[in-house]
Amino acid sequence: MSNKHRRSPIDLNDGVVELAHGAGGSAMTMLISEIFYPAFNNDLLLQQNDQAIFNVDTGKLAFATDSFVVSPLFFPGGNIGSLAVNGTINDIALGGATPLYLSASFILEEGFPLKKLVIIAKTMGACAHAAGVKIITGDTKVVERGKADGVFITTTGIGVIRNQTVLSANQIMPGDCVILSGEIGDHGVAILSKRENLNFETNIISDQAALHELIQLILEVGGDHIRVMRDPTRGGLASALNELAEKSDVGFVINENKIPINSSVAAACEFLGLDPLYVANEGKLIAVVAPSAAADVLTAMRSHPLGYQAEIIGVAIEDSRFFVQMITRIGGRRIIDHLSGELLPRIC
Amino acid sequence: MMRYSEEFRYEPLAARLIDQIFVETSCHHSYRFMEFCGGHTHALARYGIEDLLPKNIEMIHGPGCPVCVLPAARIDAAIRLAKQDNIVICAYGDLMRAPGSRGNSLLRARAFGADVRMIYSPLDALKIAVSHPDKEIVFFAIGFETTTPPTALALQIAQRDKLKNFSVFCNHVLTPAAMRHILIESQSVPSQSQAINGVVGPAHVSAIIGCEPYQEIAENFDIPIVIAGFEPLDILQALLMLLRQVNTGRADIENQYDRAVADKGNYSAIVSMANTFELRDCFEWRGIGELSNSALKLSNNYYMLDAEKRFDMSAVAVPDNPACECGQILRGRKKPQECKLFGSACRPDTPLGACMVSAEGACAAHWAYGRFRDEAEAR
Repeated sequence: MSNKHRRSPIDLNDGVVELAHGAGGSAMTMLISEIFYPAFNNDLLLQQNDQAIFNVDTGKLAFATDSFVVSPLFFPGGNIGSLAVNGTINDIALGGATPLYLSASFILEEGFPLKKLVIIAKTMGACAHAAGVKIITGDTKVVERGKADGVFITTTGIGVIRNQTVLSANQIMPGDCVILSGEIGDHGVAILSKRENLNFETNIISDQAALHELIQLILEVGGDHIRVMRDPTRGGLASALNELAEKSDVGFVINENKIPINSSVAAACEFLGLDPLYVANEGKLIAVVAPSAAADVLTAMRSHPLGYQAEIIGVAIEDSRFFVQMITRIGGRRIIDHLSGELLPRIC
Repeated sequence: MMRYSEEFRYEPLAARLIDQIFVETSCHHSYRFMEFCGGHTHALARYGIEDLLPKNIEMIHGPGCPVCVLPAARIDAAIRLAKQDNIVICAYGDLMRAPGSRGNSLLRARAFGADVRMIYSPLDALKIAVSHPDKEIVFFAIGFETTTPPTALALQIAQRDKLKNFSVFCNHVLTPAAMRHILIESQSVPSQSQAINGVVGPAHVSAIIGCEPYQEIAENFDIPIVIAGFEPLDILQALLMLLRQVNTGRADIENQYDRAVADKGNYSAIVSMANTFELRDCFEWRGIGELSNSALKLSNNYYMLDAEKRFDMSAVAVPDNPACECGQILRGRKKPQECKLFGSACRPDTPLGACMVSAEGACAAHWAYGRFRDEAEAR
């Protein structure tokens, strides 16, 4: 579709998003064909219809959507585009599904540099390609300057469930083990380090990643012994555990000494007054596993690059009040409570 | 920096201190120690330290949480000002959610259009003043002696640079005055079982004012005071030092936190405060009431920078909920879970009393970290 002999009327180096790029006319067609088609490049998208049409396996489908408004748009370890693709892939995969297709909807602010939009689109294409997923339909709207913050992206995904394992929080039983795939808080701290009013020096990069391979590995090894999986994104590990406790009518006891955390993240949280248990992750998961399978699942997770720091951090207990308790590093006990109020806005 | 805090959370050393505390504790005594600071209250709850102590050591959570003791009327006054055109209120983060009357807060005022900005330092407020000469920038200053020197510095810079659009709404309060008040009340109770036997003294406040201001308190009230850091090992060591004093009948000032606190404090900070502020005759403490000579106002030299002189900041007193037990809790006579409002009408999202207002308050800390110990009941 790209014609080398035709000069592009939009300037991808110095141009900016203009209202005409969302008006449905030739400018919009040009924007889509110069930026999005080459970045997302796949057969279904290039049919160029109002909808993408594809065949499905018999069985169950998983379907999820998520909007991304992260600020800043570019942060150490990724940008809004990688978050938008990987975040929705993870939502699909955590249900035990193999992610297949994504849609991508863009709300662009007038004046946003096209050069940055190209980087975001290329990142999305590369992340999707790496995960074996196709971005097959999309939409673009442009709003006046000041009515958005550069780019907002909504992605929706479809995946197919090929195994028989049912994953659901209400299957958790007292005695089940809680496995965490790696260090917590990297994403939230990486974002914070680039916020205008904070801007501190750190080597921390976001952990954002597509977890579908790790999830498939866990399901292959654990099978029906896997009760449920969650990714501790907004609200962090604490919020994910509280949500699981409430949906499953159990409590948890977590061991603080077992929770992996990067020392730079711990230090940053210390001076910002944040509790890393509540700080967002974008490439971690919690698996609740029957005790008989926990050791095998842990070994399998540690063999994968996204799970090499996995630890069994706690167990489910009977508790009619669904508390998440933690044995502190000096041996005392406390609750890990629900987050009260907003910790940090716009981290994803 | 990380090593510095990790060392003071080291489990094997904590276990050794706890063993020593058990050895030192006499089973014929019960010990009631008050930690003055919210920072200590928070650390006790966050690390579950009280679980590890002998049952006859009871911790009483004092009034040293600046957001907690700020009267609702002062928050109302700031909100009223924030709603005016061209006013920017700058405040520390933990003040943003603090409730005034009728559930109002700076955060809610901002949602309705007021220009309220969260800052990490009063110098940030100065920067905003310089970059917005068309607006009036008001720094909502709160805190004990720890946060007073930065306010003093901001005032001095504003005076030097002749900033016309910057002022300070001063709510700084004084630690020794409140400590004295709590101890007078503790000793006026006839029952010996309600007396306070020792005080875990402030960490950061003492880094500014030093140990000497507590000398007169230890002597007059015949009570041991151990200044302690905010890490778990600091607190455990301070408790051991208090036990040893009580068991040998001493009532001395001791300094566990000598890595940060000098006997005479920080000289230049003390001078800076003295040059900028003077004592208020009287100031209201939420949950406690009016205390004389317990707070600071801008001195006459800084008249022009005083928000209370520049704007109408008159405060209309807001009565506490009659069922609220904060007064009793701050004096060590009741536990948070003994208050009827705790966990029902009064929760961290909807705080009614001083002790629930900030994470450092006794009720908020018990709710967030300790309520699993309370008997299960339908609340």
